[in-house]
Amino acid sequence: MTISPIDYVILAIYFAFVLGIGWLAKQRISTSEDFLTSGHSVPVWITSLAFIAANLGAQEMIGMCASGAKYGLMTCQFYWLGAVPAMVFVGLFMMPFYYGSKARSVPEYLKLRFDEKTRGLNAITFAVMTIFSSGISMYALGLLFELVLGWSFTNSVLLSAAIVLIYTLLGGLTSAIYNEVVQFFLIILGFAPLSILAVERAGGWKGMSAHLQPVMLHTWKYLGHSSENPMGVEAFSMIFGLGFVLSFGYWCTNFLVIQRAMAAKTFEGARQTPLIAAFPKIFMPFVVIFPGIAAVALMSMSSGYSLPLKASGGYDYDQALTTLMSQFYPSGMLGIGLTALMASFMSGMAGNVTAFNTVFTYDLYQSYMRRNAPDSHYLAVGRVTTVLGVLLSVGTAYLATAFNNIMDFLQLVFGFVNGPLFATFLLGMFWKRTTGHGAFWGYLSGLTAAGLTLGLTVAEGKGGWIAPVHQFPSSMAQNFWIALIAWSACFFVTILISLATKPKPASELTNLVYGHTEMPPAANVPWFQRPVPLAVIVLALLVVMNVIFW
Amino acid sequence: MDDLRVPTGFLFSLLGIILLVHAVVNPAARAPMDANINVNLWCGLVLLVFGGILLWLSRRAKS
Repeated sequence: MTISPIDYVILAIYFAFVLGIGWLAKQRISTSEDFLTSGHSVPVWITSLAFIAANLGAQEMIGMCASGAKYGLMTCQFYWLGAVPAMVFVGLFMMPFYYGSKARSVPEYLKLRFDEKTRGLNAITFAVMTIFSSGISMYALGLLFELVLGWSFTNSVLLSAAIVLIYTLLGGLTSAIYNEVVQFFLIILGFAPLSILAVERAGGWKGMSAHLQPVMLHTWKYLGHSSENPMGVEAFSMIFGLGFVLSFGYWCTNFLVIQRAMAAKTFEGARQTPLIAAFPKIFMPFVVIFPGIAAVALMSMSSGYSLPLKASGGYDYDQALTTLMSQFYPSGMLGIGLTALMASFMSGMAGNVTAFNTVFTYDLYQSYMRRNAPDSHYLAVGRVTTVLGVLLSVGTAYLATAFNNIMDFLQLVFGFVNGPLFATFLLGMFWKRTTGHGAFWGYLSGLTAAGLTLGLTVAEGKGGWIAPVHQFPSSMAQNFWIALIAWSACFFVTILISLATKPKPASELTNLVYGHTEMPPAANVPWFQRPVPLAVIVLALLVVMNVIFW
Repeated sequence: MDDLRVPTGFLFSLLGIILLVHAVVNPAARAPMDANINVNLWCGLVLLVFGGILLWLSRRAKS
């Protein structure tokens, strides 16, 4: 891919802009809460777009396009079965407790609802996980830029890290959230034209149907048995593993996204955030998955386009997005496309860093290291942790270059860490009898069950380090089943131990549990902005999508 | 910061203008598979319009 000076100019303008936003957001910071949680001050349209953008990291963009090429339209299940229903659920049923409890983070909610040890366990796993995820995605991006653009790995990693560091350090969460909105717009405007051009060139829906196997253009039709589709998954594990456990686990308990909704100005706004975010989310597959499908169609119609091969043989699907860009974008628009890729990377990384510094400062430092310091002290700690978070991410990125297999393994593990946690939250928020001991041991059992299942099963040569007892048709199937088993273990162990231990008195559960939470009177907003009607509209749209592309 | 729409509107308008100027000055800047569409021209227009809408929305909210 050749890059012209004009592409660099566009990239440079964007970098300057991002830093400018950081500088503007700086004026609003005087306390640690301003810096770490935006002090409940962000308008709802901004929190909504940030809610999706924080999840739209570069790995998501590149990965979804790759999955589109590899698995076809079935990849849309990640959105239409997974993310969107989960976003509706968190907005309708969980935000009232998160926002109403006045917790500053997800681990802090666990402390209020359960006890110190449950918070500690969650805070530590979360902190470790965010650093590694951020480092791994930095590594992936550095590699891609080295491969496609010929930029040096060190330069692209250090430059992007430095920019993220400066703007999050200047303006804290507010600056990260505001930039995420701009990043969201850039991602859409930078990638949607690629999708249109590629699909158009492949002959539209008709042309793609003529050149692709039917399994590539259906979401549900080939889910009867795992042998019918390239994902190697059947409907049951798709619905319960991906749809129920993994997606709900991610969107309902991952502080990275919840933090955006918690920054909303009002209780109503916090509930609207995931619901409004669900609208653009429904249409994201057209931007991120369709180019991958079109790429495969283009290959089979001798258009001159072809996916590069991996050194180990087989197509390198991860290059689908960038190779399409080099085929369809001239200099100029190519600059916008690369800027969008950079933007998606920075939004993902800033999301990780701002979630990490909050959990570290409030849930680890303030809880276990220094309890009653003046607020200015915690503000300083928050800033130092931001620097630390970025440095650790860069360190992890370099570690990944040396220990590739370990990183692969970790990514596998992070895939299901949130699964059992969803059982903990479900019980904690809706069953007042759930106890701290139940939650802690249940969560730990869930994680152990996940580890054991991974140790006892094999898929695509992964796992089975204890004894290969069962073979899954694909790592996707393995991942879904591990999540399901982990969730069930957590769910049942939590119930059993809760029944055997002493529950908290009802007086301590106010605003934390269903039935003990007073909903503030409905704000004076038009009916279509209220949570329930919004949810109904989202779900109706979802049904339409599933029917059209079944 | 008062209104995010203002800086964002300016950013997208600027990017749109850059693409439009580039499309007009260098009409030869084409991609291998662009099917005779001047991608820079159309995308520049979209970016400019989007930036303009953001600025307009912000002005409307103020008055």
